[in-house]
Amino acid sequence: MKDQGTYQPYSYYQLMETSLRELLVEKGIVSDEAVNAEVTAMRERQPERGSKVVAHAWLDDAFRQRLLKNGTAACEELGLEIPALKLVVVENTPQVHNLVVCTLCSCYPWPVLGLPPVWYKSPPYRSRAVIDPRGVIAEFGTILPDNVEVRVWDSTAEVRYLVLPEQPADTDGLDEDALAVLVTRDGMIGTARL
Amino acid sequence: MNGVHDMGGMQGLGRIEPEPEGIVFHHVWEGRVHAMSLASPTRSNIDAGRHQRELIPGPEYLRMSYYEKWFRSLSERLIQQGLVTTEELASGRPAAGSAKATPRLAAETVEGALTRAGSYLREAAAPLFSPGDSVRGRNLHPDGHTRLPRYVRGRSGVIVRAHGAHVLPDSNAHGKGEDPRPLYTVRFTARELWGKAANPRDSVCLDLWEPYLERA
Repeated sequence: MKDQGTYQPYSYYQLMETSLRELLVEKGIVSDEAVNAEVTAMRERQPERGSKVVAHAWLDDAFRQRLLKNGTAACEELGLEIPALKLVVVENTPQVHNLVVCTLCSCYPWPVLGLPPVWYKSPPYRSRAVIDPRGVIAEFGTILPDNVEVRVWDSTAEVRYLVLPEQPADTDGLDEDALAVLVTRDGMIGTARL
Repeated sequence: MNGVHDMGGMQGLGRIEPEPEGIVFHHVWEGRVHAMSLASPTRSNIDAGRHQRELIPGPEYLRMSYYEKWFRSLSERLIQQGLVTTEELASGRPAAGSAKATPRLAAETVEGALTRAGSYLREAAAPLFSPGDSVRGRNLHPDGHTRLPRYVRGRSGVIVRAHGAHVLPDSNAHGKGEDPRPLYTVRFTARELWGKAANPRDSVCLDLWEPYLERA
């Protein structure tokens, strides 16, 4: 007889999480509704928010200047709330490449990029980004010439960093939506060039 | 504390494993652990939560996944804050006769909660340093929480930006008050941090509170 069905036993953490959640709900510390709403909010927040900011900055130089001066206020102009955090936008140029990391934990510009990818929160990236940024960026597929300056931003306080990538060549005339599609999450962390 | 969480500059911690965009959680329980951390009163002190994860012993810290660490720190913070007892956590049942709290509204998700928590910017004494000043990371090794990474202690850099006074994690994490202090972005050349093998153009910038710095 052939085994049927897709039954899988609970993993340890699945069990522990369920048990803790049921306890907290019974004690009135959280509600299932609030937990589900938080999960939905986190899933909905994706890097497209940042892509829109970047594309807007490419098309509107006055906005770009405001964004570099005060990232929080400029994002709010576009209807993006940056609660409690100071957002600093750092600009890539032909001479300068920026890379963002949090060596101590996992600080990341959630309001514009959503939750960070696992590698961003993991020891290999956190340890190496500050001592070997060029090697890290090369592993993501970009070899930076020696004459390009690399600036690493280690997010040690409640200030968050977003990289404003260079607009790719041959994209003049594209509208904001078409440009935004070109702006990747890794481009806004700095592990990639667009 | 000089824990393994302070890993800037370490080598040999394995390969970076890139992942495509769009993957938010790898298991349903991970999203719920994160959500419970945001939805419960444990979120009121971001510094205490971070320190709780740093207290996970080094070998375990390196072995555990991100959300396994969050689960551990959430459970421990709930006990510390008197919201649940060790016995309740072990049994998964409320103690007989224990009080029932009123959870906050579902509509108040992350954004609302963060806004309510407010910014970390505070009024405080005028800053000692200004952009352009040369400073050195102090050679401090506190037992408790700090956001002064080891790799800049004793190293010289230049203030590039002043951010006003922010809540000091070293104090706030331990329930000793916010003790707001001026916060600066400080640039260190890669050569100052890593020696002559580093590219002379490269640099690392960090946000450091005034008590972490001395005039160089």
